[in-house]
Amino acid sequence: MPLSDFQTVIGLEVHAQLLTQSKIFCGCSTAFGAEPNHHTCPVCLGMPGVLPVLNQRVVEYAVRAGLALGCSVKPTSVWSRKNYFYPDLPKGYQITQYDQPICEWGELVIDTPSGEKTVRVRRIHLEEDAGKSVHDASASAGQSLVDLNRAGVPLMEIVSEPDLRDADEAVEYLKALRDVLVYLGVNDGNLEEGSFRCDANVSVMPKGSTTYGQRCELKNLNSFRFLKQAIEYEAARQVDVLESGGKVQQETRLWDVNKGVTRSMRSKEDAHDYRYFPEPDLPPLRVSDALRDSQRQSLPELPRAKRTRFISEYGLPAYDARILTAERPLADFFEACAAHVSDAKKLSNWFLGELSRLLKEEGTPLSALRFTPAQLGELLATVEKGTVSANAAKDVLGEMFRTGRAPADIIAEKGLAQVSDVGAVEAVVDDILAKNAGEVEKYKAGKKSVYGFFVGQVMKAMKGKGNPGLVNELLKKKLGD
Amino acid sequence: MSSTLTDLSMLELGAKLAAREVSSVEATRASLARIAQVDPKVRAFLRVDEAGALKAAEASDARRQAGSPLSALDGVPVGLKDIFLTEGLETTCGSRLLEGFVPPYDATVVRLLKEAGLPLLGKLNMDEFAMGSSNESSAYFPTHNPWDLTRTPGGSSGGSAAAVAAREVFGALGTDTGGSIRQPAGFTNTVGLKPTYGRVSRYGVIAYASSLDQPGPMARTVGDTAALFQLIARHDPLDSTSADVETPDCLTGLEDGVRGLRLGVPREYFSDGMDPEVAGTLRASLEELEKLGATLVDISLPHTKYALATYYLLASSEASSNLARYDGIRYGQRAKDARGLKELYTQTRGQGFGAEVKLRIMLGTYALSAGYYDAYYLRAQKVRTLIREDFTRAFGQVDAIVSPTSPVPAFKLGDKVGDPLSMYLMDVYTLPCNLAGLPGLSVPCGFTQGGLPVGMQLLGRPFDEARLLRIARAFEREHDFFRRAVPV
Repeated sequence: MPLSDFQTVIGLEVHAQLLTQSKIFCGCSTAFGAEPNHHTCPVCLGMPGVLPVLNQRVVEYAVRAGLALGCSVKPTSVWSRKNYFYPDLPKGYQITQYDQPICEWGELVIDTPSGEKTVRVRRIHLEEDAGKSVHDASASAGQSLVDLNRAGVPLMEIVSEPDLRDADEAVEYLKALRDVLVYLGVNDGNLEEGSFRCDANVSVMPKGSTTYGQRCELKNLNSFRFLKQAIEYEAARQVDVLESGGKVQQETRLWDVNKGVTRSMRSKEDAHDYRYFPEPDLPPLRVSDALRDSQRQSLPELPRAKRTRFISEYGLPAYDARILTAERPLADFFEACAAHVSDAKKLSNWFLGELSRLLKEEGTPLSALRFTPAQLGELLATVEKGTVSANAAKDVLGEMFRTGRAPADIIAEKGLAQVSDVGAVEAVVDDILAKNAGEVEKYKAGKKSVYGFFVGQVMKAMKGKGNPGLVNELLKKKLGD
Repeated sequence: MSSTLTDLSMLELGAKLAAREVSSVEATRASLARIAQVDPKVRAFLRVDEAGALKAAEASDARRQAGSPLSALDGVPVGLKDIFLTEGLETTCGSRLLEGFVPPYDATVVRLLKEAGLPLLGKLNMDEFAMGSSNESSAYFPTHNPWDLTRTPGGSSGGSAAAVAAREVFGALGTDTGGSIRQPAGFTNTVGLKPTYGRVSRYGVIAYASSLDQPGPMARTVGDTAALFQLIARHDPLDSTSADVETPDCLTGLEDGVRGLRLGVPREYFSDGMDPEVAGTLRASLEELEKLGATLVDISLPHTKYALATYYLLASSEASSNLARYDGIRYGQRAKDARGLKELYTQTRGQGFGAEVKLRIMLGTYALSAGYYDAYYLRAQKVRTLIREDFTRAFGQVDAIVSPTSPVPAFKLGDKVGDPLSMYLMDVYTLPCNLAGLPGLSVPCGFTQGGLPVGMQLLGRPFDEARLLRIARAFEREHDFFRRAVPV
């Protein structure tokens, strides 16, 4: 059977770092990029005698995420120990949730070429991150270093059912999930710093089959691109194995970024026996009705709902709505501006065009914008009225962006206002036509291409400030069109 | 002077310090002199902190001069089992693996003792990582029973018990996971209290089995035990299993007696394996309690016979995980010539841990393994619930339960080495209490003809330590066993 006769089946396990100031079981900072081992204490170093104390903010964030994904939040869940030896795991075990996670059975709706699709979320559980082994070339030969700044950073693992059917769906799911978490303020969505990362379980089965094939787990896919490439490669590899009469072995595989292949990391035979058992140092985790209700009440409008509303309320195309709602600050700022303009589509054009260019070029976050929504509205109204040209307005926006000054002041200072006075424009038009009698003759004789020459001359004489509509109107009148 | 001074109880010394009849420095020097005199024979101390103790004693005397003592025991020197982390003072937990480990912080109970003004004389010997019932699994040396130097003081808090009994310290802290405070107390004519699980913070106490471990006081009298207990029984936000309950007042009402109390005598605790002299002493003690006005009630704790197996499965399982952190990477001893990660682990742990610790790590690892979890760990948890329910039912009928502390008096050093199972049987009466999380106390109740102490165990409802101390005191008042001179 060719590749096209097989169906890929994918489930994702996503690790999202919760945006708390301090670690999950101690008061150490979670800030990224500190000197190695600076954000550590006896508790996260796993010194003898230490005990974990749960950071309550972690619970609030997990409940928030669970509710946003339509999960049931369990009133009681249980901490477990996952035992294994590794230099970056200070206690020799990881505190995590195992058979009784905090949230279960939710869903996330994604867009696919054939329409909307609902992906089931099986569970959300909480755990502590491990540290990092640094195989540093500058260290003495054969030595490795351990940085435990990340040890104890709170993670939320979100496990989907194997409902995804190709790499694009998987990417779509991962993006949608990231948007939701970032909207909730529980995760920064930063794949580069590892605060949002993903493992994929991939299998293939003959099309039409209802029995899943043997799956392989692809570890630590830290970009949307790698996720897509790794799944596509892995599915093709598994089909090759089956085609050549082999059996897919259950194993953990790594995506080799340089070679563009997946390769085996460990097989089922060397799979760890983690010897899970309930963590005796922590009582069962209880979520009160009050906590759950308060989180439910404070849930924001989520990206998908906002997108739908932007389409219906502002009459925007789906493409615009998606970009504008991808990040909550952008969506909020758009709405604030929309209150000051009559044509939301025109506003959207400014957002998708000039404003996003400025934000990107200047590296300014939205939160640091200097001008107000009302000022942007004022600028758009000025363009609408013809007071400035669209081109001049771009300059004005740039100046507003940098200085936060009012558009009227900038226009006045730079003399950017268009001349819309009929008498003034007419005088210039008359003058140009008089000076170029020969060209006028040609035009009237049928050489219509000369028209652009007249416009150019008028604009030049008016230093670009002539109201284009008025210039055209008068020229055509004078030329007898 | 030193011999009489060190014979005082903690409360007696506290009263003399308050009356300015003696200074803390004098008391501390007396203890240090006594240690110098007898510890070469008893070998209770792993480390004596002479400088630290004298400095704390001087500070105590200065406070006294200024009229601002920190507690009724301010200035009374004590010792600590080496399982408690002491900032700046080496803590080994009786293991080679932690040799040279100087903790960066104090255990909560150590902090509380310092805040109450008690000078700390040093660190006391123990079975490695608190695993053992005779102190013989200490990586350093066995401690000897001051009542008979050829015998064990019990374990794992045997160093604490021996130091208290030999008058080297006025009191000490131990920990009790399956009887490690009560059994050595019973072997040494001292009082040991295992508080309700969660009553005393475990923060900074090196973990053996987290769901069973509980620190507690060891002293020569019931009053001292109560006074020391009150200093350390505090809610601790650093320990998530610490109970948020009020610190008990165990001294008021301590002399109220046992009249009207119903005391349960569990059938299953007076089994065939008991030494006849221990059995006889206990029978006599029960009659006395009756004479003092208590009512004895025959009760049954039917799941007792499963307690030993349940305990060893659960304790070993937790220990296998708790001891995983000793990998040679961040502190303690590291194998010198290991090449590669796996060798570093296996050699560090292979060289650093003793036989008993390895045995329990392997037992626990096995019990938690996939395929065996349901049959062992999970089943043990279910039996644990049944054992707890036995006690709950019993406490519907009685106010406290009375039993021997140990089936035999202190046995000879070397007698049970190499026979772990017979060693484990030493804890058969004490460990059900840990499985149920209840408070338990051992109080001296007599001596064998050969002069070996016998202990009586009292078990109570959760957080009912004050009642146990009151019963123990009623019995103690009749005998003053603690006045008996220790031969060493």
